[in-house]
Amino acid sequence: MKAIVSYLKSLFLLELIKGLRVTGGYLFDRKITVQYPDEKTPMSFRFRAHHALRRYANGEERCIACKLCEATCPAMAITIEAAPREDGTRRTTRYDIDFTKCIFCGFCEESCPVDSIVETSFFEYHGEQRGDLLMTKAKLLNMGDKMEAQIAADRAKDAPYR
Amino acid sequence: MATIEIDGKPYTAEVGQMLIQVADANGVEIPRFCYHEKLSVSASCRMCLVEMEKAPKPVPACATPVMDGMKVWTRSPKALTAQKAVMEFLLINHPLDCPICDQGGECELQDISVGYGKDASRYGEEKRVVFDKNIGALIATEMTRCIHCTRCVRFGQEIAGIQELGALGRGEHTKISTYIGQTVDSELSGNMIDLCPVGALTAKPSRFNARAWELQQLDSIAPHDGIGSNIHVHLRRNEIIRVVPKQNEAINEIWLSDRDRFSYQGLTAEDRLTVPMIKKEGQWQPTDWETALQAAATGMKQIVEKYEPDQLGGLASATATLEELYLLQRVIRGLGSDCVDHRLHQIDFADQAHAPLFPYLGMPIAEIERCNTALIIGSHLRKEQPLLNHRLRKASMNGAKVMFINPIAYDFNDMRIAQQIITSPNDLITTLSGVAKALLVGKNNVIPQQLEDLLADTKVTEEQQTLAQSLETGDHRLILLGNLATSHPQFALIRALAVAIAKLSSAKLGYCAEAGNSAGAWLAGVLPHREAAGMPISTPGVNAYTMLNKGLKGYVLLGVEPELDSYDGAKALENLQKAEFVVSLTAYVTDTMKTYANVLLPISVFTETSGTYVNNAGTWQSFTAVVIPKNEVRPGWKVLRVLGNLLNVSGFDYDSSEQVRSEVCEKLGQKTTDNLNSWQVPNDLSARKIDGLQRITELPIYATDMIVRRASALQFTRDATSAKGVHVNSNVAAQIGATEANVVQVRQNAAKISLPLVIDERVPDGCVLIYAGQAENVALGSWHGWVELTA
Repeated sequence: MKAIVSYLKSLFLLELIKGLRVTGGYLFDRKITVQYPDEKTPMSFRFRAHHALRRYANGEERCIACKLCEATCPAMAITIEAAPREDGTRRTTRYDIDFTKCIFCGFCEESCPVDSIVETSFFEYHGEQRGDLLMTKAKLLNMGDKMEAQIAADRAKDAPYR
Repeated sequence: MATIEIDGKPYTAEVGQMLIQVADANGVEIPRFCYHEKLSVSASCRMCLVEMEKAPKPVPACATPVMDGMKVWTRSPKALTAQKAVMEFLLINHPLDCPICDQGGECELQDISVGYGKDASRYGEEKRVVFDKNIGALIATEMTRCIHCTRCVRFGQEIAGIQELGALGRGEHTKISTYIGQTVDSELSGNMIDLCPVGALTAKPSRFNARAWELQQLDSIAPHDGIGSNIHVHLRRNEIIRVVPKQNEAINEIWLSDRDRFSYQGLTAEDRLTVPMIKKEGQWQPTDWETALQAAATGMKQIVEKYEPDQLGGLASATATLEELYLLQRVIRGLGSDCVDHRLHQIDFADQAHAPLFPYLGMPIAEIERCNTALIIGSHLRKEQPLLNHRLRKASMNGAKVMFINPIAYDFNDMRIAQQIITSPNDLITTLSGVAKALLVGKNNVIPQQLEDLLADTKVTEEQQTLAQSLETGDHRLILLGNLATSHPQFALIRALAVAIAKLSSAKLGYCAEAGNSAGAWLAGVLPHREAAGMPISTPGVNAYTMLNKGLKGYVLLGVEPELDSYDGAKALENLQKAEFVVSLTAYVTDTMKTYANVLLPISVFTETSGTYVNNAGTWQSFTAVVIPKNEVRPGWKVLRVLGNLLNVSGFDYDSSEQVRSEVCEKLGQKTTDNLNSWQVPNDLSARKIDGLQRITELPIYATDMIVRRASALQFTRDATSAKGVHVNSNVAAQIGATEANVVQVRQNAAKISLPLVIDERVPDGCVLIYAGQAENVALGSWHGWVELTA
């Protein structure tokens, strides 16, 4: 008897139809695939990706070379050199973040007394050759300039929770 | 002795000690800002308040002497509340700018506020702002951060001896400031940076360069003066960020002279030589070590083969290490020449065979402060060896009679000077003879009859009589011979008279070493008349002066720029240019060097090489390299070792600098020096005199060697900038009809140059002070002689 049932089941491809029913269900269901890069998923304002160095509204860079980020970085990804600028203020002459070392923990941002180094939500970067992922001061400032509106908006959203 | 109880535990203490000293000695922590073990007590910060039994209010531990049976609590609620309150008051006006403050991370205020302060501020009003001042090239100020502990002020008064910083105003309006528009020019000023508990005074040359937590601390020895200060070198990524003193009570206590502190800047000078270079067909080209060393060896061999071995001479700077100096003389002697010398500032070598084993200070450095009587002959000690001067100043403050016989009326930073005799180089011999004669009265057989006879006709002036009388007081007496005496044209005679004076006054005799390793150079045998460890040579080679003045066919230079470093720079340069072959082991390359050298070998300098310095008091101090030298730069001892191998000198198989050191050590054995019995009784006491204006030459503090001359910040200090021009007093200036800042023609022998005139009342009549080690003065030639000034 058992053998007959089994034979009939396989003859009418019952298992297959069962499976296809699931497929069929999804075929007509609401689609959840995101058409990246044309479409994007929503992101938290606390998302931590590409770093940036910010400026004040008057164009002055925020960073004062206190080196707290360098000290706190658990991956030793940050390298800073500092010297007095022509006007006598304390400024960095070198500010490198090695993205191949960075673990995006966000400690640098937490440690910054002037909200200069921040992690933006921009994660779609790549490097084509050696050194591309070594972010220099110029690259980071540039990033800050480009993303300032977004950075400020994200910080504003996070402010009530701090 | 008193027994006291701190926090319930009994301790014994000396009566009269302050509470904080007892606590420190026993490891009980009491917070403090104004108290410092080396300075007087001011009790102004109130941070060290502790609770004391039977006292109605907390008492400051730094100003409370211990008494038997005293009971003190440092962490009781009362003490803690008091400390917390003081901390809150101190932070009222202290800015919250730790992120941009250079002291951040090593700040006493930061540490103590974490340990003893409150966690939040209650102060919302405006803070005080104090404008910054430019107080010189070495110290950066941020006076808003000042907490008025007055350590810097007390340092100026008590240690440096010139009060350059002072507190103006009262209460909240107190400001630490210099006299209007003045800079801090003390040669010990850098110590204020260390003393300042906050970031008000920080080091200018390393301003904003690094954080305390990034620095790696390694030990070394400073090479610029005879005391061999112990230093901590602070590095980050193989780069020296700063140098700070390492405590050694026997040598530099906790202080460091500015020269030793900031000379590290010279290591990264722009003209640093980083690859070997050779001159081929008149063109300089960088090359590899093999080619360069081969060229050097071939050149040296050719000189020795073509001419006499004595035509090859070696000249070394006494800032080189003992190992380098020892190997240099071995290389030169291996080629059959005894012409090797380091005494580049000396001219009179008449009694060199009778010189002591090395220029010994006569006593350990720390002993100097226990002197009761001291006579210093020919020395601007304050600038020659700032920390030796500090010891002597301490002695004078304790009541010692300190006397000077100098060509210039130097200012010895508020030292209590019993007497200072100003004598021109012409009259120095006469003055010393006078003093010796005055001391001779009533003493028989102390000095040889021959000298007594020579002194018979000497007349004693009142001044000399007084000096002689003072010399015979006190238990510990010291006679010191300084650099101005060493470079005097009649040094042998001065030495003989100094020994005589020392013997007659039963004093100890000491020599001030010129550079960090002068003693080492003597022990290593960089002398034409002695091998290592003072072994005499029967037929001595020629001395440094003759080598450079008469001219040889070949030279080997170790860390010297002869035009700036020798007694007669002009002549030295001329003869070097005439020489057939010159190889220079140098850390720097200059255009002048390129005119005379054939091979330039880049060697490392202090902090980049292992080695040993022997200080003035005969202490051997070895150190290891702390920085890896850049590019092709190699330690000098290694270069000399390979050179020795290439020249087939036997026994040149050293693997380490320690081996070289122990070889010198072995040769030296138990030999000691005896300053009082190393002399030659003179045959004649007549002074060689110069007609007309006499030149007095001083080697200024920041031009003593190649490294210091390139330390950029030091070159902006007043000590460096005031070493320019030709200095005369107003009488002499009036005679030639010139006034301050006029450019005058200076003629010495055949040379004639124009220099700005500086009116300097310290210079005696009939004399002109021209500084050595200055590129613009080189053409004038020798350090002594007749000078003509025309307006």
